[in-house]
Amino acid sequence: MNQPLQPNSLRSGPDAAGRFGTFGGRYVAETLMPCIQEVQEAYDAARQDPAFEAEWRWLLKDYVGRPSPLWHAKRLTEHLGGAQVWMKREDLNHTGAHKINAVLGQILLAKRMGKTRIIAETGAGQHGVATATACALFNLPCTVFMGATDVERQKPNVFRMKLLGAEVVSVTAGAGTLKDAMNEALRYWVANVHDTYYCIGTVAGPAPYPQMVRDFQCVIGDEAKVQMQEAIGRLPDTLVAAIGGGSNAMGLFFPFLDDASVEIRGVEAAGHGLDVENGHCASLTGGRPGVLHGNRTYLLQDANGQILEGHSISAGLDYPGIGPEHSWLHEIGRVKYVSATDKEALEAFQLCSKLEGIIPALEPSHAIAHAMAIAPTLPKEHVILINLSGRGDKDIFSVADHLGVKL
Amino acid sequence: MSRIARRFAALKQEGRGALMPFLEAYDPDPATSMAILRGMPGAGADLIEIGMPFSDPMADGPTVQLAGQRALKAGATMAGTLAMVRDFREEDQDTPIILMGYLNPIISYGPERFCVDAAASGVDGLIVVDMPPEESQDVQPFAMAQGLDMIRLVAPTTDAARLPSVLKNSSGFIYYVAITGVTGTRSATGDALRAAIPLVRQHTDLPIAIGFGVRTPEQAAEAAKIADGAVVASALIDKLASTLDSEGRATPGTVRAVLDDVRALAEAVKA
Repeated sequence: MNQPLQPNSLRSGPDAAGRFGTFGGRYVAETLMPCIQEVQEAYDAARQDPAFEAEWRWLLKDYVGRPSPLWHAKRLTEHLGGAQVWMKREDLNHTGAHKINAVLGQILLAKRMGKTRIIAETGAGQHGVATATACALFNLPCTVFMGATDVERQKPNVFRMKLLGAEVVSVTAGAGTLKDAMNEALRYWVANVHDTYYCIGTVAGPAPYPQMVRDFQCVIGDEAKVQMQEAIGRLPDTLVAAIGGGSNAMGLFFPFLDDASVEIRGVEAAGHGLDVENGHCASLTGGRPGVLHGNRTYLLQDANGQILEGHSISAGLDYPGIGPEHSWLHEIGRVKYVSATDKEALEAFQLCSKLEGIIPALEPSHAIAHAMAIAPTLPKEHVILINLSGRGDKDIFSVADHLGVKL
Repeated sequence: MSRIARRFAALKQEGRGALMPFLEAYDPDPATSMAILRGMPGAGADLIEIGMPFSDPMADGPTVQLAGQRALKAGATMAGTLAMVRDFREEDQDTPIILMGYLNPIISYGPERFCVDAAASGVDGLIVVDMPPEESQDVQPFAMAQGLDMIRLVAPTTDAARLPSVLKNSSGFIYYVAITGVTGTRSATGDALRAAIPLVRQHTDLPIAIGFGVRTPEQAAEAAKIADGAVVASALIDKLASTLDSEGRATPGTVRAVLDDVRALAEAVKA
């Protein structure tokens, strides 16, 4: 976590105001301001404490099962007929996605702060399941806010959270998706700040959350860097990760930001298509900067600054904003942001299942879809590393539905 | 002297606090909310807060959320809200108008253009809920240049160490958030307010208004005595909502019902 940085590093953010360039910050109501600062101070102290890191690393190893494997997807590579496709297998983590990495860090922080209740928001349910899991392990009461639409399309995860002892609050405000769940979690937090810690699932929200969640998720990129050296003796040429809020992507990208030879691509959800009004969730390609959920970042919004709901087949990407560090990396051009449609993601979902015996979540299916688009155009020596951020068990019902199959 | 300062000074002469009712612009439609706005001074409003509808009101409970959704459905925009104030000012030059809302629609409108247009329309002050002093750089200079008061929130969680930085560059009055929570949910006790307000007074000469959880005439009267004013929002919106038909449209009794409640609140504050 605390490596010395070279001059002009792209890894020095955020600044003291919680900003990456002009993005980020702490745009919250006064009631929450002192609490945000308390989280900041606690995190600054914890990250300097070797005992804190040691406990987190122990949990990652013996509870989560890290390091996650690096997989050379040879059949997919052969099928595409171009660049080599490699996958970082975050789907093999306990709870089935990368979310658990940052949850365990945050729950340890909450304990350090003396907080006795945990709340979280969730879209696809992966962050909710991870938070409910950690709360079961540490015997902390847990409330997960989930949009009513997502409760409907992610039933298996709702049941998992309840099995783990969490209370799931179905949020009916707005369109009942991730943004509404986050609004409601923030409202609940305002009313219960004295004993409650808000465990945010992505690299968004007021400072220090974008930085803190990124720092914990960097375990993905740190491991991948070492594993690629061991496997091929060099770094990959291209990184590809899907982006909703952007935590799995930030975790893979950040350790590589100063490696100029590595091209980096983030894949947003193009839903029904970027030309369909309010039919996608591509904040960077289809939005403009604004303020929501405590940070300044690119947002999907109408001409009057009202936030749009967006659409994606993937509940985890169905968010009108994006982490502020991504907005900055987009503006300085270090990361290239592209998109994949629902249809392309569904095709990638099926192809990866058939060729690799890996059923990916719909979220990383967007990353696979982009790799499928570029691999055939690249030489065989070219190495693409995809962040396979989660497994697809939770999605089989909705995919069956989209494919017209009755289960 | 600003319109807000003049009004508080006059009330101090009278020896009483201010009643500050709230309405959401365009809720449930432009004509009805305009009629409520026009009727408020006559019903006893000393200052008026107008909510600028936003899709994601993070600090508001269900009542104000629904009001915002009705308003947006009725076509509310920042330009439309400013037009309401402009129309109001043609008949009323004295009652201060404070706009309350969230930052993103202001950024979208353009902060400088917004402050220029707001001042020209007759707006006196701004409350931007998700813009704490640390993040006020994008709006504050333009508001000050246009003579708009920047009204800041002080919460029960704001401690003595933080208070001076919150109060710096504040003007008009201080809005004391009575509870740690969202609007329209629960109420602070009189004892809690009697303990909290003097601590804020130690740091400022500005008038203090209490909001969040002030619902009844008794609560408004008590808050206006303990501080210098009481803001009533959700209770009035609940009344408005109770008069709407099954499709959320205003009925012939809507305007009168809301203004009757304002009158009852004003009588209690003046008693």
